[in-house]
Amino acid sequence: MATFDLELVSPERLLLSRPVEMAVIPAVEGDMGVLPNHAPMIVALKGGLIRVTEGGRETERLFIMGGFAEITPTRVTVLADEATPVASLSKAMAAQRVAEAEIALAAAANDAPELREKATDRLMAARAMQDAAQAA
Amino acid sequence: MASLKDLRGRINSVKSTRKITQAMKMVAAAKLRRAQAQAEAARPYAQRMERMLASLGAAVADSPEAPQMLIGTGRDQVHLLVVVTAERGLSGAFNTNAARFARARIRALEAEGKTVKLLTVGRKGATFLKREFASRVVGEISYHNVKRIGFEQADEIATRITAMLEAGEFDVCSLIYNRFQSVVSQVASEQRLIPAPLPANDLTAPAGESPALYEYEPSEENLLAALLPKNLAIQIYRALLENAAGFFGSQMTAMDNATRNAGDMINRLTLNYNRTRQANITKELIEIISGAEAV
Repeated sequence: MATFDLELVSPERLLLSRPVEMAVIPAVEGDMGVLPNHAPMIVALKGGLIRVTEGGRETERLFIMGGFAEITPTRVTVLADEATPVASLSKAMAAQRVAEAEIALAAAANDAPELREKATDRLMAARAMQDAAQAA
Repeated sequence: MASLKDLRGRINSVKSTRKITQAMKMVAAAKLRRAQAQAEAARPYAQRMERMLASLGAAVADSPEAPQMLIGTGRDQVHLLVVVTAERGLSGAFNTNAARFARARIRALEAEGKTVKLLTVGRKGATFLKREFASRVVGEISYHNVKRIGFEQADEIATRITAMLEAGEFDVCSLIYNRFQSVVSQVASEQRLIPAPLPANDLTAPAGESPALYEYEPSEENLLAALLPKNLAIQIYRALLENAAGFFGSQMTAMDNATRNAGDMINRLTLNYNRTRQANITKELIEIISGAEAV
């Protein structure tokens, strides 16, 4: 089956760089599955799971805390703010993140709408992390 | 002339100094390797970010709605200088070089009639610059209790700068830090952060790929508004890492020199010690022989 190069990088390191058959990435406007020869796109990502398919099977699941992806027909580059393999997510840490984000959102109640929106996004990402941790 | 006991004391104290500097050199070498590896690991992200920015920036640059971080405030009056130095000394001229460079920049800018604001990162530069420019310092950031500099710290600084930009506190922002050229050479240099210098487009597209026309989701402006602060943080992260690597490199060189100097000094002192000892023996012999002759 046709493949394309998937790269997943966080500011601190390169996490993944190899040819895959399909990747599902959490774009802000909904999850999108990317196959080879996809039209060139640049998309923003929200907190969620990246699922990688190789050899007809799902081989890798990673959680990312938002970021960006650049898609070309032969290559997909994901710039994640933070990325963790699902297996090493911890429920306790996710719960703590959610709690922190909730407090931040409550504190931002009187701030400008953009700031509130950012805090909401962060809370959503933290919740997604918690869900992922529980599912794992 | 120093007595034998004094000389012995000095030789011993220089020897223990040499042990300390030697140990510090080893530690710096080990930490340097780690810092270099970290800087290496951060490179892929920065490169890809640059590629994305080039394509986006070209799409938005002419639009009047381009974010402030890209085009600046349109003025050139208030300069914010972010000066990055190390937290510790004993590293040769490392901190002084960066601080001196900053001082020269401040003077040059003020001579042109601009207003300068300072944000210092790292304790050493802060103490140096505060002596002369205390009134310009708007913030001090120190990570002396952080074991390993991570992206988190860079993000924190970037958030602070962004907040200052939104509050209209400066027009131009530059970063001053020691660029890591090699283990023995770090060059104090300046890098502009805001307005963001855009990497050249087209040239960055790898061979065989046309500079593609991308679709954007959400819109270019929104994407760029999210991407630019990230880019700011990345630039700062890189500076922090290079600063850390440079610091250990510089400390290693300084400690290597100190070890060698201590060795030279020990040799000199030992020679001196032996000469004194022999002189004493000769003197005693003369005394004994002349005493025996007199009997």
